[in-house]
Formats: sequence, structure tokens, C-alpha cells
Amino acid sequence: MQRLFPDERGHFDEFGGQFVPETLMTALEELVEAYEKYRDDPAFQDELAFYQREYISRPTGLYFAKKLTEHYGRAKIYLKREDLCHTGSHKLNNTIGQALLAKRMGKKRIIAETGAGQHGVASATAAALFGLECEVYMGEEDTRRQSLNVFRMNLLGSDVIPVTSGTKTLKDAMNEAIRDWVTNVETTYYLLGSVGGPHPYPMMVRDFQTIIGRETKEQIEKAEGRAPDFIIACVGGGSNAMGIFYPFIGTETRLIGVEPAGHGLESGQHGAPLSKGAKGILHGSLSYLLQDEYGQVLPAHSISAGLDYPGVGPEHSYLKDNTLAEYVSVTDDEALEAFRLLSQTEGILPALESSHAVAYIDKMIASTTKDDIIVVNLSGRGDKDVQVVAAALGVNL
Amino acid sequence: MAITRINRIDAVFDKLEEENRTALMPYLMAGYPDVETSLELLVAVAKAGADLIEFGVPYSDPLADGPTIQAAGEVALRNGVNTDTVFTLVRRARESVDTPVVVMTYYNTIYRYGLERFAQKAAESGVDGVIAPDLPPEEAAPWADAASKYGVATVMLVAPTSTDKRIERISELSKGFVYCVSLTGVTGARANLPSNLTDFIYRVRALTDKPLAVGFGISEPEQAKEVSEIADGVIIGSALVGLIGKAGGDCVEAARAYMSRIREAIDT
Ligand SMILES: Cc1ncc(COP(=O)(O)O)c(C=O)c1O
Repeated sequence: MQRLFPDERGHFDEFGGQFVPETLMTALEELVEAYEKYRDDPAFQDELAFYQREYISRPTGLYFAKKLTEHYGRAKIYLKREDLCHTGSHKLNNTIGQALLAKRMGKKRIIAETGAGQHGVASATAAALFGLECEVYMGEEDTRRQSLNVFRMNLLGSDVIPVTSGTKTLKDAMNEAIRDWVTNVETTYYLLGSVGGPHPYPMMVRDFQTIIGRETKEQIEKAEGRAPDFIIACVGGGSNAMGIFYPFIGTETRLIGVEPAGHGLESGQHGAPLSKGAKGILHGSLSYLLQDEYGQVLPAHSISAGLDYPGVGPEHSYLKDNTLAEYVSVTDDEALEAFRLLSQTEGILPALESSHAVAYIDKMIASTTKDDIIVVNLSGRGDKDVQVVAAALGVNL
Repeated sequence: MAITRINRIDAVFDKLEEENRTALMPYLMAGYPDVETSLELLVAVAKAGADLIEFGVPYSDPLADGPTIQAAGEVALRNGVNTDTVFTLVRRARESVDTPVVVMTYYNTIYRYGLERFAQKAAESGVDGVIAPDLPPEEAAPWADAASKYGVATVMLVAPTSTDKRIERISELSKGFVYCVSLTGVTGARANLPSNLTDFIYRVRALTDKPLAVGFGISEPEQAKEVSEIADGVIIGSALVGLIGKAGGDCVEAARAYMSRIREAIDT
């Protein structure tokens, strides 16, 4: 079903919109125009399809996790293998799409923000591929947590700029990227990494990620002859979740987004705005947000750098308020346990982000039967997280 | 009562136009370097010849601001400043100062406080206008409605990247004056004025009759002088905030002296 949202100004009912300095508004108008033009342009779509197939290595598999299924003895569990995308996560689906757009718009320089470094790596990769100059803003705290990814970006020819303001994580990296864009708007394309930000980013990033859901729909139809009963995905900004949810919105399939509960929802140290936030504006759009009573944004916490963000894409807020999707949460410890479980049952090291989605199986499986089908979006691979996991388990590498 | 408030800003620009002078519009961060000193500073710059004062509400994610104002905001937040503190400070300043005060704040602080409640509280406290640098005209209607109900002016911004069509629309919506962002970039003192500033201001001038105030990047008296020749108001932000930070315990005196120098430069 083709959905109507967002409206012309990027609103999903009251959510979304464009809350940015006037300096950027003309650039956003141009971006909307360019995207509207190319999204229906067969040449653009062909080129995108080519890179998806030959470069990203799509379609990714929908793998029946037999041992994990046997472990629980209930619903059949399938994993959508976005971890097998080139560079190790779903993030490349978006960066290849946007970099192709940037090239067509005549931009020579791209900037990006990154948390875990996965979007940074995916941006650096697309930049190398298409001959664009690329600078990536990354919170200083994250450059430490994900030093391997910093080096990967450097190897790919990109500069990583450590951000020392505010909480020194993804939120502040995004502030800094927007400041760069305000300053260099005429030459620079801002390659935003999730379904947040001002219109048209939430729509555009969703569209580039929807290939995950389209493939899933076809693959599960082929394997099982029907749609799944549950789709589970982790939610940081919300792009991998939006991508796999989108073709299933409004159908019988229950869509479950998993937010990071960090040290626990009641601890105040988490990254779960859909569970615990209030409506507010961050980085150009209105959505649920972790904030105090005066609208000051509160720092998020998650063991997973890619989920360590106080906001969420506006369409998820819309889905939540209209009960088109459910949002739940999983703690750091539960995610770590899932990391270990999947590694040992299936031989797949999941990203800590994706481990949150895997962990939720444990919480809901008891309510399922052998006739049920669950699809978990395995958004990325866990090699990048080995150091963090070792530290959490008290192992000295 | 509502109408008198709008008039405090309008009256200043009317009077200056008659006298053929340009408004001096300093920016201060509420609660910086500390709560009481920021009140003293507000009173001091008013007495030193400010025609309108912009009073910044510190914010956790000031994405239109450069390092100087970011740092001041972080200090103010650590000092426990919130939206209510800012209103209280303005109310207290009103005991001795009649200069128009425009609060500069990111939109989320307004949204979270409640649009009506913010407008009402602002009006009651003696705030004359509000500038939200991340609220473009497309999203401004709910706030502009609430603000006008309580006689609080919604000041809108135009940028060098704005198309003529946007400038027309923004100027029409803007109350009191139009805030012309001098450059494509964030706040912060710059060594030179942007080379295309005159063209930009002339372009805006051709599209609106409202007073034009120019801000972002102005720090030296000579720059202020140059801007005063094409604009109706000169906004000094980061340079003043930076100077306050450097002057430490002498900041009130330093700010007063600096304001006098700028005042003199633009009046001669
Ligand atoms: C593997 C992986 N999954 C998920 C995320 C979270 O982003 P989103 O919610 O936009 O999919 C990230 C972010 O870095 C990631 O690297």
C-alpha cells in the first residue's frame, strides 16, 4: 500500500517538519526538489539498483535460524541479514542512495555525523566510490569507543572530526554537522544517517532503506507462503526499523521497535524516547525526545553507540501514537546476553545495536506458538563491538 | 496593554529613524557569567546606550551558535538557568530599564513550555519580542498566533541564501524588525564583514519596509560603523559575550566601555 505520509512539508500529522535556521531552508527546498525528481527517474533507479546488487550485495538473505528456533522451541525465527551488506550494516543502503543524489546535484563535498561509526564508514565508502570529498563528525567519546571505525574511515580517505561539545556523542556530532552545513551550504551535501532530521530526510532515508522490507516480504512469501506474525528491529534514529517495517505498516504483521533501556528505563540512563520521552524538537524535526521540563535535551545512554541518541525519527512517533507499531526496550545486559546467545547458537556476531532486537525474542517468545513466524532485522555485524563487549565482560584483550 | 508592548520595539525604530540614527542591539546570555551579573550586565548595556537588548536563553543544543555562545550557554546551564530564570531576570530588569528586550531562544524551549504559556509569561515579564533561530516561517504559525495574542513580537530571520520570495514572506510575518543574518554560518566574531553584505541588505531593503537589523560576525567598532550605514540596527553578540568571559570580575565595566565605543562609532 502506498502511504500518503509525509505531507508536502514533511509532516506525519504533528510530527516531522523543518525546524532549522533560515540559512538552510533554500538548501532543503532544493533537496526536496532534487529528490522528487530522481525518485521517479528510471535512470537514477537503475543506477541505484545496480549498486545495490553489485556493490552492497543485495538482496541480503532471510536466514532461518534453526538452532535459535530450537533453543526456544516456539515461533520460527528468521534473521534478515543486513549484517552481510558491504561494510557490515544497513547503513550503506542509505549512503549509496544519497551519494548518487549528491552527485547528480553537483555537490563535491559531503559531510556526515556518526555514532557507532557505521554510518560514517558507509558515508566514507560511498564517498570513495563516487569520488566525493567526505568529512565525518563523531563525538569524542565515540571515537574512543569505536576507534576501529575511525581508522576505517581514514583508510577510506575521509577525515573524522572529533566533537568535544555537549555530551560528545552522536547528538553533538549531529549539531556540529548541521553547523558545518549552515556554513558551507552552497558546496556541501549533508548525508544524514537515519530517519531523523528535517524534511525530506526522514522520508528519503526511509525510502532508501525500504528495500529491506520489500525483500523481506518477497523472501518470507517464498519460504513460508505468508507474511510474518512479528517483525522486530532495534531503534536508534530508526532507519533499519523503518526500512523493514514500511511495507508491512497497516497489515496483520505486528511491528516491534526495540529501544535501548541502557541501565534500565527507571535509571534515567537509557536511550528510549518513544518509551520515556515527551514531544519536542531536535535536529530539525518534531518527535518524541528525552528532555527536561524546560526542553533541555537530556543525554542518552546505551552500551551501543549507534543507539545512544535522545531522539528518534518522526515517523516512528507517528506509528506509535497511531498504534501502527509497538515500542519496547531492552537493557545493556540483556543485549549483551543476546550477543552471546546468537554468536554461540548461530555463529553470527550481531552488532550491539542489532543485539537489542535479538534480545527481545527472549521477552516475547513465551507468548508465541510453533505456528508463528518472527523476523528479526539483523541490522549489522558485531565485529566492531568486540572491544566494547570484552570490556563489559571484564575481559582484557 | 498588548499593543503598548509591540510599540516598545516599534517606538525605538521610529524614534531612531527620525533622528537618523542606527539601533545598537547587544546580545547577552542570560545567566552568564552568573545569574546576578547577567542582570547587572543587562542594566549596564542599557545605560551605555543600547537601543534594544537580545537576551539569550541557554540551550543544550544551540545549533545556530558558534563556540563563544555555545560555551556561555553551557556555563549558564551549569548555573541552573532555565526559562523561568530568564523571565524573572527580565522582570527584575524592568524595575530600572525601559529598553526593549527580545528573548533569543531555540524553539524547543518555547514548545516544551507551552506556546500560550510562554507568550503570556513573556508578556507579563516585560519581554517585547522573541527570536527563535530554528523556526522558519513554514513552522511559525502556531507560535506567531500565540505570541500576537499576548502582544509579543515574533522576530523572524532572513539569510543570504534566502530567495526573494522567502524574504518577502518572512518580512511580512516578522514583527518589530527583520533580523538579517549577515553570513552563511553560525554566530561568532569574524575578522571581516562578508563581501556581499551590502548587496544582501539592499536586496532585503527592496522587498520590505520594515526596519532591518544585521547580526552575526560583527565585533569591531569600524565594522559596526560600516553596517550602520546600510542597516537600521547593528547586533553585537559573540564579541560582547567573549569579552565578558575574558574580563572576569571586571566584565560589567568592560561591557559598558565596549558598548560606548560601538555607540560612538555608529553615531559619528
Ligand atoms: C548496526 C546498526 N544498527 C542500528 C543502528 C541504529 O540506527 P537506526 O535506528 O537508524 O537503524 C546503527 C547505528 O549506527 C547501526 O550501526
